Amino acid sequence: MSQPSASTSPVTSETHSASATKTPAELKQIAAQVRRDIVRMVHGVSSGHPGGSLGCADLLVALYFRVMKHDPAFAMNGEGEDLFFLSNGHISPVWYSVLARSGYFPVSELGTFRKLNSRVQGHPATEEGLPGIRIASGSLGQGLSVAIGAAQAKKLNGDDRQVYVLMGDGELEEGQVWEAAMYAPHHKVDNLIALVDRNGQQIDGPTDAIMNLGNLRAKFEAFGWKVLETDGNDLEKLVPTLEEARQLSGQGLPIMILMDTQMGYGVDYMMGSHKWHGTAPNDEQLELALQQLLVDQQSDY
Amino acid sequence: MKEFPYSESKDTRSGFGAGLHELGKSNPNVVALTADLTGSLKMDAFKKDFPERFFQVGIAEANMMGIAAGLTIGGKIPFTGTFANFSTGRVYDQIRQSIAYSGKNVKICASHAGVTLGEDGATHQILEDLGMMKMLPHMTVINPCDFNQTKAATIAIADYEGPVYLRFGRPVVPNFTPADQQFEIGKAVVLNEGADVSIFATGHLVWKAILAGKILAEKGIDAEIINIHTIKPFDEEAVLASVRKTRCAVSAEEHQMNGGLGDSVAQLLAREEPLPLEMVAVNDSFGESGTPDQLMEKYGLMENDIVAAVEKVLARKRK
Repeated sequence: MSQPSASTSPVTSETHSASATKTPAELKQIAAQVRRDIVRMVHGVSSGHPGGSLGCADLLVALYFRVMKHDPAFAMNGEGEDLFFLSNGHISPVWYSVLARSGYFPVSELGTFRKLNSRVQGHPATEEGLPGIRIASGSLGQGLSVAIGAAQAKKLNGDDRQVYVLMGDGELEEGQVWEAAMYAPHHKVDNLIALVDRNGQQIDGPTDAIMNLGNLRAKFEAFGWKVLETDGNDLEKLVPTLEEARQLSGQGLPIMILMDTQMGYGVDYMMGSHKWHGTAPNDEQLELALQQLLVDQQSDY
Repeated sequence: MKEFPYSESKDTRSGFGAGLHELGKSNPNVVALTADLTGSLKMDAFKKDFPERFFQVGIAEANMMGIAAGLTIGGKIPFTGTFANFSTGRVYDQIRQSIAYSGKNVKICASHAGVTLGEDGATHQILEDLGMMKMLPHMTVINPCDFNQTKAATIAIADYEGPVYLRFGRPVVPNFTPADQQFEIGKAVVLNEGADVSIFATGHLVWKAILAGKILAEKGIDAEIINIHTIKPFDEEAVLASVRKTRCAVSAEEHQMNGGLGDSVAQLLAREEPLPLEMVAVNDSFGESGTPDQLMEKYGLMENDIVAAVEKVLARKRK
């Protein structure tokens, strides 16, 4: 059972105290290493979802290595910490890599991704007790509701930190998302920062062709959200947007960041195509990807 | 046959409302959510006295389950309130992933279960909820029999860590269990000791089993009547102890035969003690509009139906 453990005052991790000053250049190096992890993880088991994971690497690195206050010692209740929820759980490789490289669990454990008797499940789960995960996700459309509940608990507890949740754009086709979108402004859940990974792709093809999402800014504004837009693959734009969102919180409105990304970002043959949503690279393709994902000091697991 | 005196009849949903209000006073972490059914779930008193801990979600049950799961992360103990149909079938995947698989401390409180919901008809009369909920790993499933027991169960589940499905209903039924009872999750209650047949009943059928016991006594049949208020974890020890004495059993519930209490009894008997069993339950059918009493009669859930099942199982035992 995952229950909040006895509350302890959060200790800012070494990772985090160093991270507060991380420059975009340093973040880029971490993101490149995370991308190496992603392609190696999915290659290792010939399954998983590299496309969306690569596209969101910059966001998760920015959150965990610069923006969020968090503690890799990990307490379920996250008292005094910012919380992150991944609603589109299929991009678990990017989250696992970022959690491991933030110190939540050994980086070597990434090698157990999707294997039997592993804590690193195909989709994020609490059942095996992997530190950093607060709820299971994978069946889409549920994370925004969960994040709202966690944010309202923070308000009841007098905890002034924020709750982040990432959704896929295709995921917005799920009706529950709009139930939650209606609820958050009504209940003034203004410690909530939601993000949509707008890469325009879903399993069967481009979102425009499968189910046109239309004008998402207008839709969320009509529901009563404060909406920001940014480039999710440009840390020089992404980090300032995340900082702006934090400044806008606490003013009565939930915040939505529509983040344009490219599926497969960083690996040229994967970029912009839905074909790499849920396909793993073969040996040759892995080598090609790793040649493109260069880091100054490589630290592959 | 023991007597079961009572001073009044009350609805079990009001027992939930009373228990929730007490929890509001005694446990600051208890919060309540509803999907536009505050009055039907008798949550008005909690809402009035603890407005900052009461969340109106609107007609959006999937969102309610997700929010409840999220609230547990900050140490809250959320009680969700809506009809049993909208508490289970409508939100099965949300419960499965965000609550059961995630091991979240959510109390799913479900009213208007079964055909006794009455005139609204089959769209609202869920008869599959116990089965759906008991199949979920980590889920505890409770179906108390009267006002006092529902109130006691509501209070007890706040102290248990983990997901719980608490099922109750709309009609008034004799309030015969003690007001000061300690509700023990997973512990069956032997109401009447007997030697000839074991009657395992849950929810509204517990009182029907008592009425059946009186009729049987007049016929010289000594029935053991056991209240199975917790469907899961199932009190296998109590069931086995009883059937090893009586050598036959009848189950009784306001639920489908598939997946309900009788199904749990049958599984246990098949594994441990293969003895004859008859089931009083709805047999693979939806309900319909009507008064609660008319429906209980039409769908074979009355004391006479239990008596007939007992006579049938006794004949099988004698063979």
